[in-house]
Amino acid sequence: MSAGAQRWYRPRELAEALAIKASRGADVQPIAGGTDLMVAWRLSTAPMPALLDLGAIGELRGICEDPDRVVIGATTPCSTLAADARIQRGWPMLAQSAALTGSVAIQNRATLGGNVMNASPAADNPPVLLAYGARLHLASASGRRVVDYSGFHTGYRQTIARPDELVVAIELPRPAEATTVWYRKVGTRRAQAISKVALAACLQWQGSRVIRARFGFASLGPVPALAGALAHRVEGCDPGRLDAGALAQAIDEDFRPIDDVRSTGAYRRQVAINLVRGALGLA
Amino acid sequence: MSTDITLRLTLNGQPVECVVDPTRRVLDLLREDLGLTGSKEGCGEGECGACAVLLDGAMVNSCLLLAGQLQDAALRTIEGLPTDDPLFEAFARAGATQCGICTPGMVVAARALLDREPAPSRERIREALAGNLCRCTGYVRILDAVEAAARVPSGRAS
Ligand SMILES: Cc1cc2nc3c(=O)[nH]c(=O)nc-3n(C[C@H](O)[C@H](O)[C@H](O)COP(=O)(O)OP(=O)(O)OC[C@H]3O[C@@H](n4cnc5c(N)ncnc54)[C@H](O)[C@@H]3O)c2cc1C
Ligand code: FES
Ligand code: FES
Repeated sequence: MSAGAQRWYRPRELAEALAIKASRGADVQPIAGGTDLMVAWRLSTAPMPALLDLGAIGELRGICEDPDRVVIGATTPCSTLAADARIQRGWPMLAQSAALTGSVAIQNRATLGGNVMNASPAADNPPVLLAYGARLHLASASGRRVVDYSGFHTGYRQTIARPDELVVAIELPRPAEATTVWYRKVGTRRAQAISKVALAACLQWQGSRVIRARFGFASLGPVPALAGALAHRVEGCDPGRLDAGALAQAIDEDFRPIDDVRSTGAYRRQVAINLVRGALGLA
Repeated sequence: MSTDITLRLTLNGQPVECVVDPTRRVLDLLREDLGLTGSKEGCGEGECGACAVLLDGAMVNSCLLLAGQLQDAALRTIEGLPTDDPLFEAFARAGATQCGICTPGMVVAARALLDREPAPSRERIREALAGNLCRCTGYVRILDAVEAAARVPSGRAS
């Protein structure tokens, strides 16, 4: 970074923000609610980077629904999502996870885009976004692209977003007919506890059979992820006829949960199995 | 070296203009630059709520907020609540304060709730205050105080 370069930007237009990103790339850090960044800076001795405050860009905030989908601006705070009647009706798991993203004061600042870009494996909204089959709208000065969220996180705290890109919106398709959803976060206490394991499940049924399944997990691996082997095992089956061993085996194919300060791998594995049984109506 | 900005906001109902480092924490701006020491620093990390303020009517933690993010906003601190807010009387009567560090944040959180829901259930009060920690009272008296304030007719203490 050159001496005397600007340290604080607060544009009103997205185009201006993208132009700043195009010229300075990773030298300029976007800040939305700041709830992750402020804590990270407090714990760090490195100087604060130059900042691009997204808070004045109206285009990045708000909820837009049509018959096929909802498109949520990246800087929409969790409290807005939790209270929104369209989200509660059409995508109830997102209203639930947003209402669990920290205390009220945190939810009022914490944005959905920040939750995704902070890329913590324990974040609360990513499992829900995965289960609903979310797509992210990324923008740079050279154009926009829409990517499947399921391929967004590539490794611990790493994403496919380029340094010149911003997340502008998160799109959720409307769930198909005969779909049921199920979400649980298992933590130590309800308010602002980091999850030990969380599961969001979207199941499409035909009679007693599941014909399409998506299980989004948090805290079972280095990234929030879909349980592909588990979905494959469940699809086409009547869950009542699945034996517990087969479910556990599929989960083991998908994840190798680790021991850390919050829990042990063995505990997480057992909780994951119990959650899947709950989602399938077997618990 | 950071370049200062001219910050314009409405603070406790009054228009305020000041030249500040945009990356200064709002908690420091309030306490050190503007002499509003009612907001307290407990944890400095968003966990305790002692620094809670109302930003455009919504409760937020001022320790997680940067001065530059206040541009054109309306900020209300504990000093900006009317002195006859029934919460003050109710906290005193219920014995909801001991050391007092958490009290401004508790009152701000309770005000944010009552402005939205004038007659909340005990469970809703508990949820709304879940981000405010108190090491002294054991919380029961705080919940009692908020319930009592909610019962005061037309928002005035008796
Ligand atoms: C006390 C406390 C409790 C918490 N509890 C929870 C919890 O229960 N569950 C949970 O999931 N999280 C929790 N969090 C973490 C945090 O609040 C969330 O991750 C929040 O959603 C982050 O959003 P933000 O807007 O505040 O992000 P910021 O801190 O502003 O940004 C986070 C990261 O995303 C980048 N970024 C933000 N927006 C964009 C964008 N549009 N495009 C590109 N990059 C962007 C930033 O550069 C930064 O790297 C908690 C935090 C605190 C302090
Ligand atoms: S000092 Fe701000 S939340 Fe604790
Ligand atoms: S009265 Fe001491 S922290 Fe609450």
